[in-house]
Amino acid sequence: MSIQSGVNLLTVENLVVEFPAAQGGKIHALSGVSFDIKNGETLGLVGESGCGKSSLARAIMQIPPPVSGRIFLGGEELTGISGKKLRELRSSFQMVFQDPMASLNPVRTIGSSVELPLRAAELDRQFDVRQLADEALVSVGLDPEQYFSCKPAALSGGQCQRVCIARALIGKPKLLICDEPVSSLDVSVQAQILNLLHDLKAARGLAMLFISHDLAVVRNISDRVAVMYLGRLCEVAPFSEIFQSPAHPYTRALIEAVPRPDPWQPGGRNTMCGELPSALTPPTGCRFRTRCPRAEDLCAAVQPELMEISTGRHVACHFPL
Amino acid sequence: MSGADRLLLDIRNLTVAIPGRHGVIRPVDKVTLSMERGKTLAIVGESGSGKSMLCRAILGLVPSQGEILFQSHHTGKMSTGALDRLRGREIGVVLQDPLSSLNPVMTIASQIMEPMRYHLGIGKRDSREKALELLGSVGIPHPSERMDCYPHQLSGGLRQRVAIAIALACNPQLLIADEPTTALDVTIQAEIIGLLSRLQRERNMALLLVSHDLGVVAGIADDVAVMYAGQIVELGPAGSLFERMQMRYTRALFDAIPGIDDPPHRKLPDIPGQPPDFNALPPGCRIAPRCATAGEICRQESPPLRVDNDDRHRFACWFPCEQEGASR
Repeated sequence: MSIQSGVNLLTVENLVVEFPAAQGGKIHALSGVSFDIKNGETLGLVGESGCGKSSLARAIMQIPPPVSGRIFLGGEELTGISGKKLRELRSSFQMVFQDPMASLNPVRTIGSSVELPLRAAELDRQFDVRQLADEALVSVGLDPEQYFSCKPAALSGGQCQRVCIARALIGKPKLLICDEPVSSLDVSVQAQILNLLHDLKAARGLAMLFISHDLAVVRNISDRVAVMYLGRLCEVAPFSEIFQSPAHPYTRALIEAVPRPDPWQPGGRNTMCGELPSALTPPTGCRFRTRCPRAEDLCAAVQPELMEISTGRHVACHFPL
Repeated sequence: MSGADRLLLDIRNLTVAIPGRHGVIRPVDKVTLSMERGKTLAIVGESGSGKSMLCRAILGLVPSQGEILFQSHHTGKMSTGALDRLRGREIGVVLQDPLSSLNPVMTIASQIMEPMRYHLGIGKRDSREKALELLGSVGIPHPSERMDCYPHQLSGGLRQRVAIAIALACNPQLLIADEPTTALDVTIQAEIIGLLSRLQRERNMALLLVSHDLGVVAGIADDVAVMYAGQIVELGPAGSLFERMQMRYTRALFDAIPGIDDPPHRKLPDIPGQPPDFNALPPGCRIAPRCATAGEICRQESPPLRVDNDDRHRFACWFPCEQEGASR
């Protein structure tokens, strides 16, 4: 994919993340992932646990930096920078984590947690940090007077997640990376947080990388959807097409697994066989072939590349649906 | 079978009272429920509605008032020894997080053998053989190779299958599954719910399934009970309940689920606010502060659980959905 600055906010090229394992082995968390996110666009990223979704989010955040590949944010290259420069740039790309209780420091007050990104970027001399923190709390629907000096233990899970979002937004980022932000929440609170993210996106023109294993949640919030399997992208397409006519067998299996709240047509079938293979020894060729009902010899021999099959629609499959 | 024989679990006026710093709280408040043999009852509610506390009370793990009759025996009057024989043998339990509910330093085989050896006095060799069989029946591939693994060597989905195998080891009459899929992916969730439903049918076992997601329970529950702030607010056969939700709260829980067939970017009708603090329960209907249609009476008097047309469908609301406009 080419870099078109001005249109794309985030461009990720050929990202590789590997972790050392015992006996000289390697965990292939990400193997050559490329995609982009336009200004103000929400890209939903779906896949099962262990497919590399969080590794991707962390690689973009540079915690830790990827093994190879390049990441551009608004024309600036993020790979290879560190220290003060990275801390300054971080204000423009922020992350919200899965477990809101665990991602807030339990001994800090809510207010000081929200202020922290500005202090880390050494912007606290330039700005009235307290006022910005109040504004950030208001924007996520929390009353600063009531909550500023609370500790996280006094808040519910949904409120903690609002605090995490406020903390991510205080530096006025252009890109918000949400790593399973609603997975540990109840459906009622999940709806509140999804609506909040929607409103924030509209109000601030935020671009988002929204990671989830729940396709229904991703459908609700995304403009485009990327499906990931074992460290590689299977399919990237606009939401309108991917749900109507999935092109990759894995995408279809994920869609069929979503339960429907209807006792007569419950859905929730798993049509895949077997377990996710180990990222230590991923299958040759197409990584999904061991669980794919359509796999043939070609799939084991040749790795399918992500190809554009129609405008804006990319699929990595030898035998797309 | 007569009516009394069909009844497996009969809970009447169950209350769990916990003394706290600000007085006594009641996370389970006068709950009345019954379960027939071989049926699935789903309990649905938000975090903090008392679902898990209800399960603990049924298991006798927290002190409670009221009656719990299991197979016509009053569990409140049982000795500790008798309760021990009930738990793990007649009632199996599967908890939310399989990683923290399994013992990390025991192999999965020995964890499945433990209840059989303890409760049924089965010898080592026989129980190992049965454990192998169980691992197969809960859908673990290559069970003989996996038997001597430790929990950390398995994926989340496999661990939950192991937890189910342990719960089923003594062939219980009742399986309590407390949010068994909340920690799992959608694909694995589908497998585990399918597995529970199959095992329930094959073994004619009763299943008490706790969840916060009406979507998860829709496919497998015979009856559904909706809990709010320690009380059952709507209860009925799944078909009747999903067809005619009488509580706006139940409907709101249902509408808050993003659907895969929904129009995209749908504004989700969330439920404003959060469940009340047990220390400061609102007078009258406990949902009233979050309910858009609450009237004067809702803030003063708590609505009784009343019967819908179908005598098994009950709800506690002064202004149920179906009477909209009629009486106001």
